[in-house]
Amino acid sequence: MSTAPLVEMRDIHKRFGGVHAVRGVSVDLHPGEVVGVLGHNGAGKSVLMKILSGAIAPDAGEIRINGEKVEIESPRDAQRHGIETIYQTLALADNLDAPGNLFLGRELLTRWGTLDDDAMENETRKVVRRLNPNFTNIKGAVRNMSGGQRQSVAIARAIYFNARILIMDEPTAALGPHETRMVGELVKQLKAEGIGIFLISHDIHDVFDLADRVSVLKNGNLVGTRRTTEVTKDQVLAMIILGKLPEDSAGEEMPGFH
Amino acid sequence: MGDATQAVKGRPPQDSGPQIGAFERFVQLTELDTRMLAMVGALVVIWIVFTALTDGIFLTPRNLYNLTVQSTVVGIMATGMVLVIVARHIDLSVGSILGFSGMVLAVFQVEILPLGVWWNWPLTVVMALAVGAAIGAWQGYWIAYRGVPAFVVTLAGLLIFRGCAWIVTEGRTVAPMDPTFQVFGGGIQGSIGAVWSWVTGVLAIAFVVFNAFTSRAKRHRYGFPVKPMWAELGIILVATAIIVGFVMVMNAYTLPRSDIPRGIPVPVLILMIVVVFMMFISRATKFGRYVFAMGGNPEAAELSGIDVRKTTLMVFVLMGVLCAIGAVITTARLNAGANSMGLLAELSVIAAAVIGGTSLAGGVGTVAGAILGAVVMQSLENGMVLLGVSSAMRQVIIGLVLIAAVWFDTAYNRHRR
Ligand SMILES: Nc1ncnc2c1ncn2[C@@H]1O[C@H](COP(=O)(O)OP(=O)(O)O)[C@@H](O)[C@H]1O
Ligand SMILES: [Mg+2]
Repeated sequence: MSTAPLVEMRDIHKRFGGVHAVRGVSVDLHPGEVVGVLGHNGAGKSVLMKILSGAIAPDAGEIRINGEKVEIESPRDAQRHGIETIYQTLALADNLDAPGNLFLGRELLTRWGTLDDDAMENETRKVVRRLNPNFTNIKGAVRNMSGGQRQSVAIARAIYFNARILIMDEPTAALGPHETRMVGELVKQLKAEGIGIFLISHDIHDVFDLADRVSVLKNGNLVGTRRTTEVTKDQVLAMIILGKLPEDSAGEEMPGFH
Repeated sequence: MGDATQAVKGRPPQDSGPQIGAFERFVQLTELDTRMLAMVGALVVIWIVFTALTDGIFLTPRNLYNLTVQSTVVGIMATGMVLVIVARHIDLSVGSILGFSGMVLAVFQVEILPLGVWWNWPLTVVMALAVGAAIGAWQGYWIAYRGVPAFVVTLAGLLIFRGCAWIVTEGRTVAPMDPTFQVFGGGIQGSIGAVWSWVTGVLAIAFVVFNAFTSRAKRHRYGFPVKPMWAELGIILVATAIIVGFVMVMNAYTLPRSDIPRGIPVPVLILMIVVVFMMFISRATKFGRYVFAMGGNPEAAELSGIDVRKTTLMVFVLMGVLCAIGAVITTARLNAGANSMGLLAELSVIAAAVIGGTSLAGGVGTVAGAILGAVVMQSLENGMVLLGVSSAMRQVIIGLVLIAAVWFDTAYNRHRR
């Protein structure tokens, strides 16, 4: 592509004590593109994405947004760059209700500067309706909600604020087949709106049909990045399990696996 | 309390079937908090039992007046302790903060500043509040920015500030306080009289009505469901009855050798202002929302971009200021600054918050509950004193009540899941 990518993460490193969780990984993402980030549990996917969302500071490497180098030092910084994240753990405050969680840190206020709970409830109903029309009881503590409802709240929070870049870390982990399909539809819809999406999963089946490209991680290394039109599922599986690149397809960019 | 806690506390799912009992339907329609109702029920039982055992002495205006005044200091501090515990911290130093800020206040008022000038007592009150805020900021700094557990910092604070209180006068008691200042203690001059009590009562009723109808109108505008009119009016009626009853009782207690009504004691007025303020903080401000979010899931709060450290620091500053307000009332009531002020208060304050439904696991608690908790504790204490129960025995019983209350809470929550 000729224009600068929406997001470029270059040569990112992160250590936790003795654990080298991310070792010189580079990935990128274009507007309206879905990039699947695949790998076994513990491969470093969540850490890599948390670096982009400002939750973890990298030890080395740089991040570019629209070609410009940026410093993302906190979740606030990431939000300012239009990056929204659905965390694997959902990151919900269990004791708050759905509107409380959706607007956490970005509350709607009345003209006196107090919380405008009714306005927040109203907005939450609108966005949740789009995701899950059956989910109307949004005023209870999210602690008492089903896995699917909690997931809906986390997704609603990520899409409400007009993200340009969306990180979905195992978004269907808690969902049944029907809800999983709805998330798939949502991904397509957001993609059509020009949003760039990192779709993270340990399961290739969640990702392959939705993604334009897949980046595979293993033990903190980038095995490689491939267009989904140019590889088969089996070849990607070999990348995930063996860390082995398919021989017939040319590597698109820097093979990170040494 | 805020939607946050209300949600936790007892709204049944909207789609609960038609077979639910009449009581549950009533609770659902009125949006009452069942746990709070249970506490009010427990309080009523305690009052009935003590009234029976004391041949009615417990329920005389004189005793109820004293009971309310006695509840104020613990009640005021408990509203802050709720936020501290909701944020997954603890403050063991509140009694010592009260003692130290009270000693500073007393020494300046009685020995350092000129006596009899009008600005003496207001200045010393401001100084006490500043001392409380500064101690809160100091402890909050170690907890929030240096990562020392609140248990350790405030346990140290319990020693440090008790020691500081002693050092101020080398243990001497300082007296007497400024006569105007003594009004804060709720003694002979320390109440606002019949007329102002009624004015306060009417204002409180107007506030309740205004609140109910503005929030109703707002929900209407968004097309949200509102509770039925009878429920709204019923709640207003009950609140009005409680306010009117309270004013009548306070007015029924007269000044010595006269039939001049005392009216609402000044410390109770202060408590009322603190309660309204703390309810506002915890339900209607970002700060309050963040405290609850931190208690519910600290990681989520951090990931939402909340400044968790600053919020934690502010919680302890608020706690320190409330302790200083407690010190104002205590020195005015004692008409002195003494070293025993606030001794063991941390226990009553934490107990009031916990009996009032604050969860030590964090994330759950209400200001109203803490006040009820303080009144429950003080009612037990007061009733047992009337019955001539020894102070040792009173401690045993209050300790047992604390265990029972927390056990009840645990069982209640398990049942609700
Ligand atoms: N906060 C942390 N502290 C220490 N080690 C961590 C932390 N977060 C992740 N790790 C480690 O980093 C590695 C990669 O984890 P992660 O990115 O969560 O894997 P996954 O690909 O399953 O999302 C794992 O070995 C994990 O134990
Ligand atoms: Mg992960």
